Amino acid sequence: MKIVVCIKQVPDTTNVRINPETNTLIREGVESIINPFDMYALEEAIRLKEKHGGEVIVMSMGPPQVESSLKDAIALGADQAILLTDRAFAGADTLATSYTLAAGINALNDADLVIMGKQAIDGDTGQVGPGVAENLGVPHITDIRKIEEVTDNYMVCERLLEEGYVRLKVKFPAVITVVKEINEPRLPSLKGKMKAKSATILQWTTKDLDIDVDRLGLTGSPTQVVRIFTPPKPEGGKVYKGETRDMVSELLSDLQANGVAIKKSKGN
Amino acid sequence: MSNGIKVIKDKCVGCGLCVKSCPYGAIELIDKKAVINEKCTLCGVCVDACRKFGAIVITRNTFRGQDIAAYSGICVYAEHRQGKLSSIVPEIIGAARELKKDLSKPICAILVGKDVSAMAREIISYGVDEVLMIDNPKIGDFAEDIQAQLVADILTEKKPEIFLGGGTIIGRSLLPKVAAKLLTGLTADCTELAIDPDEKILHQTRPAFGGNIMATILCRNHRPQMATVRHKVMKPADIVEGYEGKVTDMSHIAIPESQIEVLEFVEEQTETVNIADADFIVSGGRGLKDPKNFKLIEDLAKALGGAVGASRAAVDADWIPYSHQVGQTGKTVNPNIYVACGISGAIQHLAGMKSSDIIIAINSDPEAPIFDVAHYGIVGDLFEVVPEMIKQIKGA
Amino acid sequence: MPSFRNTYIMEENVNYFLTEEQEMIKELAAKIAKEKIEPVAAEYDENETFPWDIVKVMGQSDLYGVFIPEAYGGLGGGVLEMCIVTEELSKACGGIALAYAACGLGTIPIIQFGNEEQKQKYLTKIAAGEWLAAFGLTEADSGSDVSAIKMRADLDGNEYVLNGTKTWISNGGEAHVNVVFAVTDPSRGARGVSAFIVEKGTPGFTFGKKENKLGIRANSTRELIFQDCRIPKENLLGKDGQGFLIAMRTFDESRPGVAAQALGIATGAFEKATAYSRERFQRGQPISAFQGVQFMLADMATQIEAARALTYQAAKSIDSGMKQVSKISAMAKLFASDVAMKVTVDAVQIFGGYGYTKEYPVEKMMRDAKITQIYEGTNQIQREIIALNVIKESARGTK
Repeated sequence: MKIVVCIKQVPDTTNVRINPETNTLIREGVESIINPFDMYALEEAIRLKEKHGGEVIVMSMGPPQVESSLKDAIALGADQAILLTDRAFAGADTLATSYTLAAGINALNDADLVIMGKQAIDGDTGQVGPGVAENLGVPHITDIRKIEEVTDNYMVCERLLEEGYVRLKVKFPAVITVVKEINEPRLPSLKGKMKAKSATILQWTTKDLDIDVDRLGLTGSPTQVVRIFTPPKPEGGKVYKGETRDMVSELLSDLQANGVAIKKSKGN
Repeated sequence: MSNGIKVIKDKCVGCGLCVKSCPYGAIELIDKKAVINEKCTLCGVCVDACRKFGAIVITRNTFRGQDIAAYSGICVYAEHRQGKLSSIVPEIIGAARELKKDLSKPICAILVGKDVSAMAREIISYGVDEVLMIDNPKIGDFAEDIQAQLVADILTEKKPEIFLGGGTIIGRSLLPKVAAKLLTGLTADCTELAIDPDEKILHQTRPAFGGNIMATILCRNHRPQMATVRHKVMKPADIVEGYEGKVTDMSHIAIPESQIEVLEFVEEQTETVNIADADFIVSGGRGLKDPKNFKLIEDLAKALGGAVGASRAAVDADWIPYSHQVGQTGKTVNPNIYVACGISGAIQHLAGMKSSDIIIAINSDPEAPIFDVAHYGIVGDLFEVVPEMIKQIKGA
Repeated sequence: MPSFRNTYIMEENVNYFLTEEQEMIKELAAKIAKEKIEPVAAEYDENETFPWDIVKVMGQSDLYGVFIPEAYGGLGGGVLEMCIVTEELSKACGGIALAYAACGLGTIPIIQFGNEEQKQKYLTKIAAGEWLAAFGLTEADSGSDVSAIKMRADLDGNEYVLNGTKTWISNGGEAHVNVVFAVTDPSRGARGVSAFIVEKGTPGFTFGKKENKLGIRANSTRELIFQDCRIPKENLLGKDGQGFLIAMRTFDESRPGVAAQALGIATGAFEKATAYSRERFQRGQPISAFQGVQFMLADMATQIEAARALTYQAAKSIDSGMKQVSKISAMAKLFASDVAMKVTVDAVQIFGGYGYTKEYPVEKMMRDAKITQIYEGTNQIQREIIALNVIKESARGTK
């Protein structure tokens, strides 16, 4: 089984803060990490390989420094890593990114399964998975929380929904995106880290791909960001301080005075 | 002119605002001038930061798109499941009706699936002018591969200038595939949609970087302009009694074979999990210190007859399942009362709950950002305040 | 969701000239400590949970292989590598770290004295984290005194018959590979003691009560009970009568591991206390602004750094192949464990009343620290070893 895992290197947004004076992002101490959702994708791919054999290839599109994240993926157990890197790729929106990644996957020949995280934490769009599927001409299933069965020709999985889940069967080749419930990603091993240190990350540019240059990067991106702004800082309301009992009773009477009904629980 | 980012040296004053603004650390000041390095992703944050001086420009020349003049009107995707319209549909129609005010163009809806005819009237009653329908047993729920093809075919035929879907599991799976088929732009999870008064194009605003910044996005040269709309943000459309709309049968479009087979659909509704629709929500965060302390939150939720929510910190620590997470990467909620206990109020959390009617915050740190959005704030130890609230509510 | 950041941030500003590989080991052990051990440390301590889940993670991450030769699936490092791992794990929990360190103690004699078959059989499984090892020397009436051992091993055809009881065995009942010492020739005193490898599950080999301890509660400390337990002759480790030598050589190499455990506990407590002193406000300022607290922090930091230098030096001396390592090894164990005790007591002091409660981790660190002054030879024994060596050296010099 040939599994491709697409990963994205992202700034660790859990650490991103805003400087209230300049209204800008404080970048200090913000590291580049593998998009956390992609870690679940990678883990699932490695588990599938361990169970069914085959190989796991990680692929990313981005500037040269993404190589460090690809090495991290090798340390975790990926067999091969490919970086699609070219100035022409810069500024890609999800449409151009999907097209470029699909071109990279096509160049690998006969991948059975492409796995990604459900979305990247910097963009939160979740659009690249379905986009890659369309460019590859294969079906996709998003938000998978469990892979139940894998054969040579198809897989059965559970897809998370707002109100429950649905069990689906999809034929290979296919693209799937996974949610965090699917597994608990392993930590790297020392042997993996040593392997990663000496591993060569293949770098592919437009020249290595069968690709229409008009569909890449900024040129290939229909969407355009015209304004970036920080959300307006909201105003606070009434704040209570002092004895617990007084604060609570004051709050409840204020709520009542403002016509807010506090439900009493039924049967209590 | 080739594409790319450029610093106009004469205009750059070396103020460094762009350096601070760049989320990727791609700008350095060299000899008091901004220099952009290879880490740049052309995201455009710096262009905005330098608006005052206009020293950074991104030149773009996108690939040839569709014939824009041929596209007209607003279209929405009528998501449904198990024979029922999804709760996001009135919200999307509500957003579409707002746009209609500025655009003065009709609203149509795409309804494809099996046994869907009965829903067409309901869709029209929200103020939709035309329902474009394919009702065929071959189109099962979750067969997004063929649904995407049908939606794309309908859009190609009807050529609306705007196409909106829900920021739901299905919407966020289907629309990207449609956009990739049509080679047009798609903006995910918009919280604000507006029509540009001059250009008459769609301004799509959405949070990025975990809600730390907002971005307004345009799709100038390609049609339709597509967006998914964040759940629980747009005001749902009211029912317009006797609204006149027509149903157009699109069943001349060929239906391909799906590669996806549905084996089983399972509803997992528990009383505490369904936070998206709850009127009362009590949420716990890092301040709870220990998973077992979620009991307190549950008790208060029970006393209020409400649901239990959680911050990302609490979910990340595996104190409570992800289905309870409120925020940018969790659910957006819109209850009558939202009680935040031991939640500092990271922007990513606020993004998911700040539209609640009444927000009550309990936190021991008076400086916690949660107090900025709270209508009522109690500065105190939640381990004292919450039991006292339960006691007083029960006694009330 | 777990954080995938590299969590190791403690910048010690001291260069111990670790190799790139050693830095990698340190970083990974720190990540495991931070992400996997710290969140469960208090719970495992309270419930006396043996950390099999953590053992599994450490095994998958190759940590158990760092001190095992490459030929047996390890990474070919030595005592220093083992110490680095033990120290990092102990920063989060000295008790959970013992599942690692005690395995090292049980493994060293096999690395040192095992024959090819034994090494192939046991070291590969230990390196993979599949089997834990334990070391059974102590008996009820004999602490570190090998000559007082009562357990018997009698040769009967192709088998040894074991009878006797080992007490206070770390990893007891959990380890698959047990290196135990028994008398094969009572007439020869300490020279009549031999070492054996006994696998868990061997008929006649059972476990006694689990000790309810002050600290290191996440480890299982139990009796190993042998009643007519028959093991194949091939399970003799080293030569007949070599037990005393094996035990002493093992301690020479393992004591820096105890030092590293102590060092980790001390460092963990110090980091917590320092952070707390900056957060805790009294009379309008952080308590770190008070000289009384500052002097404590300064002494703690200095003692820890001295302990680290001595521990690493002992480990490096052993790894360099030096023959006479008993003295420096004992010094490291003695000094680091005394430092751990002192630093953790002071850490509780800095936390004040809060430090005395189980809401904060420092009281546990204080409880965990105590054992390092006791096991693998009490600190009184260490002083004896050191004194004997310095007097011997002096005597040699004046001859």
